[in-house]
Order: sequence, then C-alpha cells, then structure tokens
Amino acid sequence: MEAVRFDNVKFSYRDDGSGFAVNGVSLSIEEGQFVAILGRNGSGKSTLAKLINALIVPTSGTVSVFGMDTADDKKTFEIRKSAGMVFQNPDNQTVASIVEDDVAFGPENIGVPREEIGKRIDFALDAVGMQEFRHSTPAKLSGGQKQRIAIAGVLALMPKIMILDESTAMLDPKGRREVMAVIKKLNREQGITVILITHFMDEALQADRAIVMHRGEVVMDGAPEEIFSRSDELEMYNLTLPRAAYICKKLQAAGMPVANAFTAEELAEAICASLQKG
Amino acid sequence: MRIVAKGLTYTYNPKSPFPSQALKGVDLTIEEGEFFGIIGHTGSGKSTFVQHLNALIKVTGGELRIGGIGDAGYDLADKKCNFLELRSKVGMVFQYPEYQLFAETVEKDVAFGLKNFRRDIKDEKEIAAHVKEALETVGLNYAAVKDCSPFELSGGQKRRVAIAGVIVTKPEILILDEPAAGLDPLGKQELMELLHSIHGGWCKTIVIVSHDMDEIAENCTRAAVFSEGKVVMEGKPAEIFRRGEELLSLGLDVPTTARCAMLLKERGIRIDTDFTCDDFAEKVLALYAEGKAGKEGGDAQ
Repeated sequence: MEAVRFDNVKFSYRDDGSGFAVNGVSLSIEEGQFVAILGRNGSGKSTLAKLINALIVPTSGTVSVFGMDTADDKKTFEIRKSAGMVFQNPDNQTVASIVEDDVAFGPENIGVPREEIGKRIDFALDAVGMQEFRHSTPAKLSGGQKQRIAIAGVLALMPKIMILDESTAMLDPKGRREVMAVIKKLNREQGITVILITHFMDEALQADRAIVMHRGEVVMDGAPEEIFSRSDELEMYNLTLPRAAYICKKLQAAGMPVANAFTAEELAEAICASLQKG
Repeated sequence: MRIVAKGLTYTYNPKSPFPSQALKGVDLTIEEGEFFGIIGHTGSGKSTFVQHLNALIKVTGGELRIGGIGDAGYDLADKKCNFLELRSKVGMVFQYPEYQLFAETVEKDVAFGLKNFRRDIKDEKEIAAHVKEALETVGLNYAAVKDCSPFELSGGQKRRVAIAGVIVTKPEILILDEPAAGLDPLGKQELMELLHSIHGGWCKTIVIVSHDMDEIAENCTRAAVFSEGKVVMEGKPAEIFRRGEELLSLGLDVPTTARCAMLLKERGIRIDTDFTCDDFAEKVLALYAEGKAGKEGGDAQ
C-alpha cells in the first residue's frame, strides 16, 4: 500500500507565495519502506516532513497519507495519528514533569484506555532503553536521554509512519546506535514506515532508499549505495561521502584495485582482498 | 594561559537525598596553544568539567587554575577570583548556541556580551567596531546582517552570530560544546575551518567537546576521554584511537579509519596512521605499492 504520495507539491512560507521551500516534488513512499532524506540545511527536507503530517499544507499540489488528503481539515486528526513526528530539539517536545507522564501524553490525548496506556509506556520505554528513568524528571536528563523520551512519546501512539527530523543529531554515538537500532527494529518487525531526515551518511546507508533534496527539489532518489556511488553529483549538492566511501574512492583513483565500499567493514574487506591478491 | 585541574570534584544536589557526583577527581592540563578535544559519552562529566572553566560552576573540591602559577592567572577555587575578567578571557559557546539568541537585531545580540564583560568599553562607535570585527571573523557580512533579526537567518548563520557574540571579547581560551552538532557535513567543515582560522591569533587555545571522533582525529592536537567523572585517556588523537577496543568498551565510537584499522589488524594487516582519512589512504597505498614491488621482485627471480 502507498503510505505517502506527493503530486507536484509546492510550498512557500511567504504570504505572497514566492520563494518555494519545496518546489514541485512528486514522490511515492510504500508502506514499510525505510527512507532517508538527505540535503543541506535549507534544502527543504524539514518542510517536506511537515507536509506529510499536515503541520503545513501545500501551496499547490497535493500530499496524501494512506489516501487521505492532508489539505482536508476533517482528516488532519487521522493523519497525525498515523504519521508521528520526532523533531530536532527534545526540549521543545517535553510536556510533563515525569517521564512516564510525558510518554502518556500522546495516547491520553487520543483517548487510549488506561490499562492500554500502561502497556504502551512499557513498550515505548523499553524500545528506547529508558525504562529505568520512568519516574525521573525529563528536565534532569541529558539531551540524548530526553530525545529518547521524545521518540518513546511518538512510539506510544503506535503510528504507521514515523518521521524523524534529525532526531539523532544531539545524541552521543551510543545513543545514536541505540536509536538507529530501535528505528530499524520498528521498521522490520512492526512494518512501520520510517522517514529519516539526517546529516549522518552512515545512517542513510541503513535505509532502503535515499532521497537527496536540493533547493526544494528531489534531485536524487535510489538505493543508498547507488546514490553514494555518484560522488560527483553529491558534491554538486554540497553533500559529502561517508568517510569509508571517500577513502575507497581515493584508493581507486590512485590505481589500487579495491571493490566499492561504504562502511568501515566493507572497506576493511576490500583492502584485505586487494592486498592479498597483490 | 594554561588550564590546570587537579583532583577536581563536583556533586550535583549535594545536600539533597539524591546527590550525584559528576566529577570524581579530574586531573588534566591543557597547554596554551592547543586545539584540545574532550570526548565522553552522555553523563561522563565532560560538560560539568568545561562549565568549570569559565566559572559557570564554581569549584567546590580540588584545584583549578587558569593562567600562570601564583598571583598571575586565576585561581578558580578562590572566592576572590576576578570572575568577570576571567569570563571575558575564557569564552564559552554552548551546544546549539543559536537557541540563546534573543535581541532584536544581530548587532545588539553580539554587542550584549561585550557590554557585559568589557564595561570599560563605553563608546558606541568602539562597540560597533568590535561587533563588526566579530561578525566578519565568523564570515558574515556586517552591513548585510547587522540590522536583521537573528531569527530571520538560516540555522548556520544563526550559529555564527551566536559564536560572534562570544568571541567579541576576544577570549584567549575558547570552549565550544559540540560546535558542529546539527550542521550538515559542509557546514561542519566550514565551522571547523572557522575555528582553525581564529586559533593561534588572539584566541590561543581552543577546547571542543565532541562526539564526532572523525572530527577529533582531524582537528585536535590532543584529546582527553572522560568516563564516570574521570579522565581515563589522554594524548594525541592517534594515541587515543590506537586504543580503539577500550573506547568501544566505554560505549564510545572510534573514527571510521580506526574501525577499519582494527578490522585489518585482526587479519594481520597493520596500518600505522594518524587516523585522518587522507593519511589512512596514503598508508594503505604504501602497503599496496610495497606488496606489488615485492611480488614483481619475486617474479623477476
């Protein structure tokens, strides 16, 4: 089933409708896909995300989520229930003074029965590895821990689509790995469609599909490995290669026969194979 | 000015039922002229430590000196220490500093720090000159942005304005907590270039807190690893990243190059690198050339 569909979508933040932040985007995301969205700051990635869960509606064109038009006011509630969003800054997403209350806020709002809320809090806190902080105060947690609570808050809504707008930017490496593991697990085991906006190329490599935005337009769309093989194009859009891919390209350019590599593991494998062959 | 911490301890909420000891005896010396990296996972005490450096947190246990020994410099454990002067010489840029912008215009925002810390500067023209210099240092066009609201600017520009607001007092020591977090890869690179461009002039020492090990490997002269309120490793990035297994066991990452080097080592291939991408590639190519030469030599016999 098609989870998200954009038909020639344009969006402008200005009243006069000039200067499109998203400029003529058409795309389709299937249910269960794990899509990474890349692009420089200001390329329109966050605008694209906000269009999906009806935080903003297109200036022209249509966005639909599971067939529901986001411009239809009557569907807004249903759309937001199916497409949960986690933002960049956890401080702006905390509402309660106790962690479990914060996670409960979403389900309470949509009228989930009391016992079910308890189960969902358990599930969500386990999923982000924050069960032991259940009775803590979010204000006293570190940035990374707060962000995991924000993710738990969305998980508790059991959304079909999860949109993460640079949600790992403030986490430490361990926190990032944990959250990425959670996201992948939710995607694989529960079939949640994941839309991950990120500046971390290694995170994009874990997706099924990568979309590159540039000046409000989709300029590249394909498997991450395929996108990262087109390094000249990436450079045009001011994106950098994952470091392993950069090293690999450098070795190839100097005449060393190494297979394409995108991660440290693949690079080690490729170097080893090449050195042994001599 | 060198930074010397000896046996520095700090406990949050000491007299409450929930005390939490963030620093458990930190010994660390950062020499003048360094581009120093501080590594550690969330809750390791690194932020508590750097907040001591410009007295946002007052010393409650142990010693902390910035500057010379004796009368010269600042003894931060001394209540009579001139903290105002210290804060103009030790600048602190927090995580996501753009969230702290508040004034109506960029010019007023940047001038705020100067007016607070350098009360001897009263002439408006002189203030404007300092603001102009700070904005130009961070790569912004003074005339173009001075009258803008800071909130009209892009994320990268906002961060530059926030940094300008700190460097406007020309601190000798500049401390930045995750300065490149949240920026896109090119933005990160530009920010690091900016830091290198001011390092060595009036800004003698730079201390960055970072989770990005590649950033540490590529930019720092030395680094310290914090864990559970103590410094557990200290040295040049190459020395630290050679101990990759230990870093991983502390829940930290290693640079891509170090991960790759560890995997190659398991297979008996040693690469002696400083862990920057370019150096790593060069060393691999050298090994390849050696192997090829060896093989050709063998064939000839």
